[in-house]
Amino acid sequence: MNRHESRYNGNAAAVHDLVRETEVHRDVYIDQEVFDLEMEHLFANTWIYVGHDSQVPNAGDYYGTTIGKQPVLMVRHTDGVVHVLYNRCPHKGTRITIDTCGNAGKFFRCPYHAWSFKTDGSLLAIPLRKGYENTGFEQSHSAKGMAPVRHVKNYRGFIFAKMNDVGPGFEDYFGESLSTIDNMVDRSPAGRLEVAGGVLRYMHNCNWKMLVENLTDTCHPMVAHESSAGTAIEVWKKMAPGANKKHPAVEIYAPFMSAYEFFEKMGIRVWRNGHGHTGVHHSIHSDYSAIPGYFDQMVATYGEARAKAILDENRHNTSYFPNFTVKGPIQSIRLFKPLAPDKTLAESWTFRLVDAPDALLERTLTYNRLVNAPTSIVGHDDLEMYERAQEGLHVDANPWVNIQRLYDPSETERETAEINGTSEWQMRNQFRAWSKFMTMSM
Amino acid sequence: MTSPTDQELIGFVVHEARLIDQHRFEEWLDLFADDAYYWMPLEWGQTDPRLSTSLLYEDKLLLRIRVERLKGNRTFSQKPKSRCHHVLQTPQIDKRDEAGNEYVTWTPMHYVETRLDEQDLYAAWVTHTLTTVGGLLKIKLKRVDLVNCDAALRSIQLFM
Repeated sequence: MNRHESRYNGNAAAVHDLVRETEVHRDVYIDQEVFDLEMEHLFANTWIYVGHDSQVPNAGDYYGTTIGKQPVLMVRHTDGVVHVLYNRCPHKGTRITIDTCGNAGKFFRCPYHAWSFKTDGSLLAIPLRKGYENTGFEQSHSAKGMAPVRHVKNYRGFIFAKMNDVGPGFEDYFGESLSTIDNMVDRSPAGRLEVAGGVLRYMHNCNWKMLVENLTDTCHPMVAHESSAGTAIEVWKKMAPGANKKHPAVEIYAPFMSAYEFFEKMGIRVWRNGHGHTGVHHSIHSDYSAIPGYFDQMVATYGEARAKAILDENRHNTSYFPNFTVKGPIQSIRLFKPLAPDKTLAESWTFRLVDAPDALLERTLTYNRLVNAPTSIVGHDDLEMYERAQEGLHVDANPWVNIQRLYDPSETERETAEINGTSEWQMRNQFRAWSKFMTMSM
Repeated sequence: MTSPTDQELIGFVVHEARLIDQHRFEEWLDLFADDAYYWMPLEWGQTDPRLSTSLLYEDKLLLRIRVERLKGNRTFSQKPKSRCHHVLQTPQIDKRDEAGNEYVTWTPMHYVETRLDEQDLYAAWVTHTLTTVGGLLKIKLKRVDLVNCDAALRSIQLFM
């Protein structure tokens, strides 16, 4: 039993006080009650990424995942629309599907008592239905079938859902930040993405927000990744002195060791509701070698000026509040699934640009493997820091985490800004949104 | 070298695991041919390392980077260092192609990796594709198929 039990439950003011202008209280990372409130409020009041519609191309295809800690199914209905349903039988609570993906055919059938449901969740049939006659069954929760998540949006193939009725609509919530998804999709000569290559699933013993914050933390790569990226550069110099073409992996590792000035100048852009991205002007992805034939395909689709504009965007990491991040230039996304205050499942997914050369997917997969796998040395560097923080935060002498770098007292009045790439404004932006969406339904 | 005996192939696989357990990584790297790959598939029965992602798919340069990193003074995830332990079943000889200078062994194993108070146990099948170079056996491909290759895994920092 936590000694702070019920300090935050039903106390919006106490939750609000966890976030100050330039520091946040450690309880946002380590406290069980705050975590439970995140699941109840934050993950219900915000738009959460569920999956990509290329994972369910045909009617009846489903994909199982979670929103916060709620098991859900993303399924394509007979009319082609993708629905998101809570994954439990309305009868006894049995999860309808356990495997991650598959095809339900024309309907879901519960394996326990054979209740069946159309792929929009509505109740189709119950064996021995006459047993419910004259029982008032029509008024029961069960009669409604598998409950749908009430708010679902398919944005250019990306399926987002919001569980609560409170909170902004989709366009209002994301606003200008959707430009990152637009750019990633536009990089396909066909204007379409497909999930490809498999998902890397890496278990972290730390709070989910540490992973999100790290993706716009540009003062750590040259320090924490000296061991991996720095070593890669040294070994390459020794083994291939004077080589004019870098090993594909060294091309990926090396930019992590860029100097502070590189990261300062690459810039950060912040948007409303906790969204933002690093890499306004350039990024660690800017200097990858050209893939033969790709630019010509892009010109054929978009014309030269537009093709150049699309490919000149080199956004580094875009954070979609609360737990979804996108790397447009390499077509990869990461989803940080909260399991406990100190346990997070990091999922790293990759996409094929439809009609683009396979070499692009190959590079994306190489990046994902080198940086995001449980076997990745870059991943080992980062996880070590998160887990040390998760332990260090238990020190009572200082319960505050500092997010003050390049703080500007007027920033709360601004909805968007382009700033120095080493600013922690985006972290402050995330915590302002955290405070807002946590307390919105309290 | 005349073609290796079955016992020499088995001895090679057992010795390779021993070098890892004893952190003799320089000697271990020397067991790999210059164009060798170390592959840990992510998918059950994976056939393509290029357009399907893997846990590891590394050439000798990338393995060399890992070995150098393990020695690094600022390799914080190895302060303190991990240790590991292999338990092998007797390697089975799946292929002897003396004309093509290629030999394949198959070895079920349990692998333990530990650091601080944490210890993780993995079960895997290892397929070694071996060849002789200048009279010495060398690894062309080491493939490690984890039983739970597609599970959510914690850090694996050493070599299976």
